[in-house]
Amino acid sequence: MTILTLLMIAWEEIVRNRVRSLLTMLGMIIGVAAVVITISIGVGARTAISAQITGLGSNLVIVIPGSVNLNGVRTGTGAASSLTPADGLALAKLPHVAAASPGVGMRTQVIAGSSNWSTTVLGAAPTYTYIREWHMASGSFFTDADVAASAKVCVMGQTVADNLFAHGVSPVGKTILIRNVPFAVIGTLARRGQSAGGQDQDDTIIMPYTSAMQRLTGNTFVNAIAVSADEERFIPLVQSEVVQLLEQRHQIVGTMPDDFDVRNLEDIANAASASATTMEFLLAGVAIVSLVVGGIGIMNIMLVSVTERTREIGLRIAVGARASSILAQFLIEALVLSGVGGLIGVVLGVAAAAAVAIFGHWPMVVPAAGVVLAFTFSALTGVFFGYYPASKAAHLNPIEALRFE
Amino acid sequence: MQKEVVRLEHVRKVYPMGGEQVVALDDVDLTLAQGDFVAVMGPSGSGKSTLMHVIGLLDRPTSGRYLFNGQDVSKLGADDLADLRSHRLGFVFQSYNLLPRTTALENVELPMVYAGVPESERHRRALAALEIVGVPNMAQHISNQMSGGQQQRVAIARALVNDPTLILADEPTGALDTKSSDDVMRLFARLNAERGMTILLVTHEPDVGRRAKRIVTFRDGRIVADAPTEDPSKTVAV
Repeated sequence: MTILTLLMIAWEEIVRNRVRSLLTMLGMIIGVAAVVITISIGVGARTAISAQITGLGSNLVIVIPGSVNLNGVRTGTGAASSLTPADGLALAKLPHVAAASPGVGMRTQVIAGSSNWSTTVLGAAPTYTYIREWHMASGSFFTDADVAASAKVCVMGQTVADNLFAHGVSPVGKTILIRNVPFAVIGTLARRGQSAGGQDQDDTIIMPYTSAMQRLTGNTFVNAIAVSADEERFIPLVQSEVVQLLEQRHQIVGTMPDDFDVRNLEDIANAASASATTMEFLLAGVAIVSLVVGGIGIMNIMLVSVTERTREIGLRIAVGARASSILAQFLIEALVLSGVGGLIGVVLGVAAAAAVAIFGHWPMVVPAAGVVLAFTFSALTGVFFGYYPASKAAHLNPIEALRFE
Repeated sequence: MQKEVVRLEHVRKVYPMGGEQVVALDDVDLTLAQGDFVAVMGPSGSGKSTLMHVIGLLDRPTSGRYLFNGQDVSKLGADDLADLRSHRLGFVFQSYNLLPRTTALENVELPMVYAGVPESERHRRALAALEIVGVPNMAQHISNQMSGGQQQRVAIARALVNDPTLILADEPTGALDTKSSDDVMRLFARLNAERGMTILLVTHEPDVGRRAKRIVTFRDGRIVADAPTEDPSKTVAV
């Protein structure tokens, strides 16, 4: 008896009982489809979340001023004027810090010729593009020399460019007025779309933080310092280094509250992915239950089938089938049923995952490993639940089997 | 002296039923030589079916010795017995036992599948066997769509397709009308006469039994008579 012959026998039996086979497979189909959809939704949602988080910047640690106590009235975080550009320069020198950029932000009206537009003007360091992983669409970003000179230069996002300049006109080389100060546009930023919070990231103008502070705000404090760790695993280390250094620089000792706050984007990412994990567990639970139910369905039908085919089994034994051949025949039948069911399930699952991805606006991800896992698990379920009926068939007494009515 | 196909020595078969020990075969001695055509007769419960199962290697004697083709089979394992059934024995049943929804050809090929015969040869030999039993044009007919007589012919083709040493037929005419019954018995007689096939058939119909060359009569698990058929001319009336 070759495996091929046994496969043929099993396949003929399945084809001979089309409806019954299909109904048997249904459990497997649903189970495997559920697993594939689960994995795909889980990975898709996770990818979407992590894409949004990375969009904020790579390995980012953000330092913002703390709250202040003004005659008993405590302001919220970020209100204190405690961070200086010097803090930023000091932080940039810490080990495992790839770059640090002070940030000065304001909302203001900008004018270009006869057009005007209200947008966010941000003062930053030249490393800002690296920290935010932002690329230039045209022109170039400002340099350290521009920072040193508080140069009247800026780059603008696509939304600002679209609103200030006519279509097809390059803003690079043009001059715009920000709070009546003329700034030369030296570059435009690549389009980035919405942030995780729903803000238009392209609606911004970026200039050297020195220019922003000296020519626009007149402040000596910055609103935030963005710090980028050189590797993801060093984020917690960098975080504690930042706290240590700033406490030292700000002379905070003992139980004095910090006048700054350090935030890690990982925390935000973790919270977001925790909800995705919960959903995955829920769906995985449903999927496993359907696979087990599918397996029990196969066992049921196989048991009925063994009883129904008692005489046939008796005959096969009489004409010379070994017990192992009978066992293999029924096992392979269960395996083929669950395997084909699994295949159909994979196809349906992928289709459903694609539909869900379109509906949920996230990338369609069907990990091959997940599909293989679901398929293998379905086949194993088939063998597991098929074994009992198959062994029952193999150990039938041929004499009684042949007399069976 | 022709070669012995079956030799039973003091074979006893006891099985429990409803808390009692039923003696199905009681000290049975029986020898079948090659070319024998034996009818086993007797009332129901006399042990003839048990005899057939023991000889057919589907059941083991409780005690006694059974030599099949000179080989003591009592010590053989289940797989060896399966292989012997596959290569050396052919079964014919009262209820035909063809696989449902399966063509005659596939049914005849079945024993060869387990005997490991290559597919092309299975095909050729199955067609030849259908030719021998007189239904060469029914190869592609589905088993349940054939008449009883036709089904039994296909079953006989299945029994002889591996060229067995012995064909065992359990009430082969029990479900057939007189005409079909007659046809089947003619077929057995012809297989015995022309091909020298050894045939053991169990029946309780005297008319059928008389078509064999030798009648073994059972009663209460014992052989009470073993004699050649009174009128041998009937067996050659093919």
